[in-house]
Amino acid sequence: MIEDEDIDILLNDLFDIYGYDFTRYSKASLKRRIIRLCALDKIPSYAELRYKVRSDEVYFKRFVEEITVNVTEMFRDPSFYKSLREDILPVLGTKPFIRIWHAGCSTGEEVYSMAILLQEANLLRKSLLYATDLNPSVLEKVRKGIFPLNQMKQYSESYIASGGIHDFSMYYTANYGQAKFNKELSEKIIISTHNLVSDSSFNEFDLILCRNVLIYFDKELQDRVLKLFDESLGTLGYLALGTKETLKFSAVQSKFKQLNREKIWKKII
Amino acid sequence: MEENNIKAPCKVLLIGGSAGSLQVIFSLLPIIKPDFTFAVVIVLHRRNSADSALPELLSTKTLAPTLEAEDKDPILPGKFYLAPADYHLLIEKNGTFSLDYSEKINFSRPSIDVTFECAAEIYGPSLVAMLLSGANEDGTKGLLAVKKMGGTTVVQNPDTAQMPFMPQHAISNHAANHILNIRELAEFINNLSD
Repeated sequence: MIEDEDIDILLNDLFDIYGYDFTRYSKASLKRRIIRLCALDKIPSYAELRYKVRSDEVYFKRFVEEITVNVTEMFRDPSFYKSLREDILPVLGTKPFIRIWHAGCSTGEEVYSMAILLQEANLLRKSLLYATDLNPSVLEKVRKGIFPLNQMKQYSESYIASGGIHDFSMYYTANYGQAKFNKELSEKIIISTHNLVSDSSFNEFDLILCRNVLIYFDKELQDRVLKLFDESLGTLGYLALGTKETLKFSAVQSKFKQLNREKIWKKII
Repeated sequence: MEENNIKAPCKVLLIGGSAGSLQVIFSLLPIIKPDFTFAVVIVLHRRNSADSALPELLSTKTLAPTLEAEDKDPILPGKFYLAPADYHLLIEKNGTFSLDYSEKINFSRPSIDVTFECAAEIYGPSLVAMLLSGANEDGTKGLLAVKKMGGTTVVQNPDTAQMPFMPQHAISNHAANHILNIRELAEFINNLSD
């Protein structure tokens, strides 16, 4: 049994030793993830877990990867991608150059979905997609662009539902149960670690996507990250959040206007 | 005097259900007196986004407010909250909701176990958890957690369930304090108010 106080001590350790600050993450989610990890790795006690995290840097990396949620998929919420196709890309297409930031991109399924949209709109050649996450190991997967083949049927259905008209399999090569996405997609993806909690703005973007990341943060951290996005967006840039996330009640609310039913906002100031 | 009086007053009532549970909810809602003094949190297995009108549908059956639970919303008495499709619904110590998009549990997101276990830790004896019809093992572990922390567990009588597997699984694992048919469920809920 792990008590809330134990988790607080562990989070302080992470900050003191490794500089990672999880203290403003949702406690309910963190606690579940930590209990799950102890069961997965057969760690018998909290003391043992704390010792391993403190003393073993390799295990610390695994710990961070497992307590953060890295579940994602391609073309999740097809109506959202449809809106990107129909409402956002035509506007971005008028710019000489398009910069997009996927903040907290995890294993990159959404980044590749976006690259496919851009290619179909004939905009990929003048676009750059910045994919960032705090976990170096998930970014390695983005770099490779290899996803499980058994997911492709569902992704293909979502792709079609998002308004895709091609045979989805033209975007990857299947081999040994894996789907490797085409090089012209990954060539436009720039990968870097970035921690939304502690790192600052690093560029100006036309579109920032950060979907299902803010739900793991408390209100104060949500506000801080939204401010960071505001600082990183050019005028009339777009911000896209997850279906259950909102700018409502945030400090930057007045600077943005929600576009439609999808969770996409336009920066108006 | 009701026997409920020896227990802590109910702060939150959880209702979990899967296949065949929506009809039970539809028949329960109109019989539950709308001035109840606790929050009702409903976790149903439902198809992703296909039935996003469900909260509105539920609101036609009761005078009490019915809302889809939103991230960081405070959990207030007198309201029905429905877990959103395709997210796990967690509860924080300060009595607010958190959403979570982690792996499915028991092939389900939202998972009944996740919400029940989370609430058990926070509300202890002032929690009542109800499990309805379904064809899945979800909910049993959650009920056991509620029981362990001193809360009360209620399971729909499998004979009255369209899909008896889920309530039966809970009963077989000794997770039920009470086994009730639909009419008795409504009565039980109405007696929870202080």
